[in-house]
Amino acid sequence: MWTWFHRLASPPYFFRLAERWAPWIGAAALALLAWGWIGGLVFAPADYQQKDAFRIIYVHVPTAAVSLSLYTLMAVAGAIAIIWRMKLAECVLVATAPVGASMTAVALVTGMLWGKPMWGAYWVWDARLTSELVLLFLYLGVIGLYQAFDDARAGARACALLAIVGVVNVPIVKYSVEWWNSLHQSSTIFKMGKPTITPEMGIPLYASVAGTLLFCAYVILRRVQNEVLWRERGTAWVAELSH
Amino acid sequence: MDSSFWYMSGYAPYVWGSFGLAAAVFAWNWWAPRVRRRQIFEAAGEE
Repeated sequence: MWTWFHRLASPPYFFRLAERWAPWIGAAALALLAWGWIGGLVFAPADYQQKDAFRIIYVHVPTAAVSLSLYTLMAVAGAIAIIWRMKLAECVLVATAPVGASMTAVALVTGMLWGKPMWGAYWVWDARLTSELVLLFLYLGVIGLYQAFDDARAGARACALLAIVGVVNVPIVKYSVEWWNSLHQSSTIFKMGKPTITPEMGIPLYASVAGTLLFCAYVILRRVQNEVLWRERGTAWVAELSH
Repeated sequence: MDSSFWYMSGYAPYVWGSFGLAAAVFAWNWWAPRVRRRQIFEAAGEE
């Protein structure tokens, strides 16, 4: 296990491993997303109260779920980068931020597009919405902070601290609908016990969530590869690849 | 597809707006690292 962990930290080893796995992960993501989106748009029945507007959940729920998972990943990578000074963890941290920010932005905007016809307002300063907006600012903070440093390693370490401190917001987003009297509905699928959604609607939603997660894994792998290539651009193995 | 599919029981701008935005952001996520990789290889080739 530790040998593998140390081998993974080697840039050329990681690059080749990612090169081998990324296309498969990308293909699985595409298949699951197609299943989830087409199933959600075409085959799932309309909701008896919300009619077809409910179909927005097939993009809103997966991106919102992933926005929290990716921030947690960033914080874990940040902790590894600080404790073990592992360069690859730094690359994972900085590669995850733009993907997480874009997923958070989609979750926020699709939530607004659902809120207007259902609540009568695009935005309310509700605990769930506000904490998700704070999450977007945290992601943007990590992106901005990294770009403010000329030295990639120093920049990544500063970002690691921000990611670790900011992770306190993740449970706040997740449990905001339980801790406070929120306009946002409580969890339907990510809860203990039986989900309160019919399988005809639920199965495409699970496919969308899995597809979005795998898609993000694909993009992060590609971005980590780029970060590794950029940091190692003076080395023989990168020169060999570029010819 | 009949017209009711596109009409989305009157919520078409919200439903299609959401899926359109998500598709555009997913496409950008797929495309941006490919462009960046090409740039890095070009820069590494010149060094």
